[in-house]
Amino acid sequence: MTVFAVAGAAVVMILAVLLIVLALVYYLVSTIVQLRRIASGLDEVIAGVDEIVEKSAPVNDVVNAINEQLDAGVDLLEGLLVKKAGLRDAMGLIDGLYPGAGADGLRNFPESADIDAPRIGEVYTKGTLTLARLGREAPIAALSPTGEVLRNIEGGSLAARMLYPDVRHTSPEKLPGSPVIGSDAPVQYEQRDDIGAPRKRLPARRP
Amino acid sequence: MTLWWIGNIVLLVVVLPIVVVLLRGVLEAAKSIVPTVNGIASTARAGSKDLDAAALLLTTKDQVTQTVAGVAGYGGSLDVILDDAEEEQR
Repeated sequence: MTVFAVAGAAVVMILAVLLIVLALVYYLVSTIVQLRRIASGLDEVIAGVDEIVEKSAPVNDVVNAINEQLDAGVDLLEGLLVKKAGLRDAMGLIDGLYPGAGADGLRNFPESADIDAPRIGEVYTKGTLTLARLGREAPIAALSPTGEVLRNIEGGSLAARMLYPDVRHTSPEKLPGSPVIGSDAPVQYEQRDDIGAPRKRLPARRP
Repeated sequence: MTLWWIGNIVLLVVVLPIVVVLLRGVLEAAKSIVPTVNGIASTARAGSKDLDAAALLLTTKDQVTQTVAGVAGYGGSLDVILDDAEEEQR
């Protein structure tokens, strides 16, 4: 009886251990499969990241070089503008061409942000403004831009047309039409026969 | 003898379920990582493809250099042909 009891307990223990081992094998093998998938996925990630690193390696140097070139260009243009127009008029020009841009000031002239820019853009058009500021000998640049408007925008076209001997600037109701020529013209001009014919001799004068 | 049976019962009722629960948790965690890794891989491939145009920055750099050189040429010419601003306006 005791032998059967010991044998039964041993069998149950063996079965229990066997179940535990089977569970361990099943889950550990499944985990290994998943970890292998993760490893292969990480290999793809590493390959992609390597490509990114390789392609982005020269970006820093190139962008720095571009920024240096653009900085040099900005320095050049700002210096030239201030040298030729003066700092105050330069701010007026910038504010006239790009309203509000003058408030930021020039990068190489920090004091330019505090300048009360003249209202150049309100007085002149862009072309006149540019010519006036570039050609300082021009009469239009002789007066201060803070003065009265030199160019009448509404009447500017009429003033130019008044220079020509024409009646169009008076806006007549009807202008004379152009002459109509040809066989269907309302006025036909007959051709004279004597045109091109030998000249008639005049009778001799009597003494 | 009784202790042996008690040990067998504990092994079946306590140890085996605990082992199964723990291993299942590890397996589920490993399974949840796989789609995340696949997503990262596809993102890395897309990022690498987006950077294909980075090589064009070299062309941009050359063009910027040429443009600034042209601007410098124009600026130098303007500096020569135009008078400077009056001193009191500076």
